[in-house]
Amino acid sequence: MSHNCETCASFSELARMGVNLGKFDRVVALAGNPNTGKSTLFNALTGLKQHTGNWPGKTVTRAEGGFEFNKVRYKLVDLPGTYSLLSASSDEEIARDFLLFGTPDVTVVVIDATAIERNLNLVLQVLEITSRVVVAVNLMDEAARKGMEIDLRSLSRDLGVPAVGIVARTGEGLQGLLTTVDGVASGEIKTQPLRVAGTPEFQRAVAELVPLIQEAAPGVPNARWIAIRLLDGDAEVESALTSGRLADLVSGQQKNAERFSQKIALQGAQ
Amino acid sequence: MTQPAAIALQRAAELRQSLGTNFRDEAVRSIYGEAARIAARATVTANSVRAGLDQRIDRIVTSPVFGLPIMAIMLGTIFWVTITGANVPSALLADGFFWFEDVAAGAFARWGVPWWITGFIWHGVYKGLAWVISVMLPPMAIFFPMFTILEDLGYLPRVAFNLDFLFKSAGAHGKQALTMAMGFGCNAAGIIATRVINSPRERLIAILTNNFVPCNGRFPTLIMLATVFVGASFSPGFASLAAAGTVLLVVLIGVVFTLAVSWALSRTILRGEASAFTLELPPYRRPGVMRILYTSLIDRTLFVLWRAMLTAAPAGAVIWILANIYVGGTSLAQHTANYLNPLGHAIGLDGVILLAYIIAIPANEIVVPTMLMVYLGTGMMTELDSMDDLRTLLVDKNGWTLLTAVNLMLFSLLHNPCATTILTIYKETLSKKWATIGALLPLGLAFITCFLVAVIWRAIA
Repeated sequence: MSHNCETCASFSELARMGVNLGKFDRVVALAGNPNTGKSTLFNALTGLKQHTGNWPGKTVTRAEGGFEFNKVRYKLVDLPGTYSLLSASSDEEIARDFLLFGTPDVTVVVIDATAIERNLNLVLQVLEITSRVVVAVNLMDEAARKGMEIDLRSLSRDLGVPAVGIVARTGEGLQGLLTTVDGVASGEIKTQPLRVAGTPEFQRAVAELVPLIQEAAPGVPNARWIAIRLLDGDAEVESALTSGRLADLVSGQQKNAERFSQKIALQGAQ
Repeated sequence: MTQPAAIALQRAAELRQSLGTNFRDEAVRSIYGEAARIAARATVTANSVRAGLDQRIDRIVTSPVFGLPIMAIMLGTIFWVTITGANVPSALLADGFFWFEDVAAGAFARWGVPWWITGFIWHGVYKGLAWVISVMLPPMAIFFPMFTILEDLGYLPRVAFNLDFLFKSAGAHGKQALTMAMGFGCNAAGIIATRVINSPRERLIAILTNNFVPCNGRFPTLIMLATVFVGASFSPGFASLAAAGTVLLVVLIGVVFTLAVSWALSRTILRGEASAFTLELPPYRRPGVMRILYTSLIDRTLFVLWRAMLTAAPAGAVIWILANIYVGGTSLAQHTANYLNPLGHAIGLDGVILLAYIIAIPANEIVVPTMLMVYLGTGMMTELDSMDDLRTLLVDKNGWTLLTAVNLMLFSLLHNPCATTILTIYKETLSKKWATIGALLPLGLAFITCFLVAVIWRAIA
């Protein structure tokens, strides 16, 4: 059963800071499919009490909390679950917009160890847009109970980013996860994300569009993703680019990233 | 449009042409293919025992034959446990609070504090608070932990699975069952939960109909009426069972209204077909005790109770003032109630009940206390020590009949959502139009339904 890890030695470097964000050095986003345990991990790291429940779709808003690890202060952003970066329901939009335009230092994609294949679709999409990714393979205990063995080294090698096994409910593996997040954020761990999408012509077209987009929307992160969406003929992205809404979206996400959110005190009550 | 943006768009269009039509399908296929290969390399699966157990359970609880009855039995059991369990603590709390009211008011009188200050504070504000706490706290403290256990166990997606065919035939989204379940706790929370629904059309349907599941603020009203009017006509052994059955029936009527209104909306102002969606049935998980206690008691119970208290205190004050300012020998409260009486009578209720609903617009929790305070007036601070006293007050002194009770339950189920919920509808839709419809549609339905029931009832009786 769960043990109180605030007192065990391995956790000596972790300080849960709740909503007292104050100044923080790094922003970490929690992404993943619905019901993979993002909010449970969020609670374990920040000491907060985001509502968790065993059903997909519990988290519909963005929650922020803080923790300190190895003397570095982190802001952790818990996002609604999403199967894809293309989805359109408004909870999934919250997740997508933050991943694309909130410029987190590290994106932790939480995946379900018992359903790796389905979860990897989102991981591969996230790898298309950022290289600073850590894959947290959650529910390792459930996978073991189901008689599944997960080869984390093979997963890391194939994806080109670190994969760490955790059990968010008991706190198992969090030490390793945080060390890895620290390594990726500081650049000590070099990542080489697997980029699978498309033919050479497609990749060339993307490369040609990126500078044009950067000129049209200066300072926009993820011009690559926008290029892909434009090639796809995504009307929403087209209008966002022409109307200047894209620039607003970027500045909005970054402003939020600077604001020390007390919102959670209210949102937690949902 | 800015010049660089136009250039980028035009070049994108040209490149899209040159790439042909299926390049993105190709890309999606390569993502899926790669995901499958990586997963296969990373996973070694032996034969599983546990997955089999989950499947066996699911075969029963989501079966076409047993699924719905099992849901109804579970819900009925929860209501029954809530009603039986809440009775005694509610009475104890009420006794304690009202004893203190007498003591404090007596002390104020001895110290020479003017009667109207004593009345305002102790028989107004304090009494309102005391009512709300003693009526609401015990049922919530029992209902919410049980509900949270089901949520943590993973039962909610199964509920959605079972009800999917009903919502689909009503032209609504299957995930509306999830948002409906959230509405049991609080309709405002249920409306925020509709963000999981992709299509704006189906999301609006879910928002407009969320009100038809009785939220926790309305449960105490239903429980009280079911206990006093239905339970009391059975032998003591069956009283709580009959009361629980009545509450279950009211909830089922609410589900029927949800489906009927969804159906009507999707064929009129929100025309369209139900969209397809996938819903995972997560494995059953053992609920964590501490998490259940925290979520159900701190997040839910105290949150709802706090909100109720914030509105009960001023409402208590308003009622006391209305009941103590006399114009022409009659209190303002009585004047208003008399004025509303013809309308109230037409729909099988009375003027006092309608007045209570008007004062209770900020929060449904305070309907019953408001009603009782107006009935009791100020001169006679009769304490309602038991359900029998309550029955005497309502039936013998104020002419309630079974019709009044039935229609009050229906009205409570159907009428307009509370101010918080209406505000939430506005925030989620950013439209005054939908917020107005969200308030007036249920209110209109409540009046029509109660009116029809009253007419038919009186014609038969």
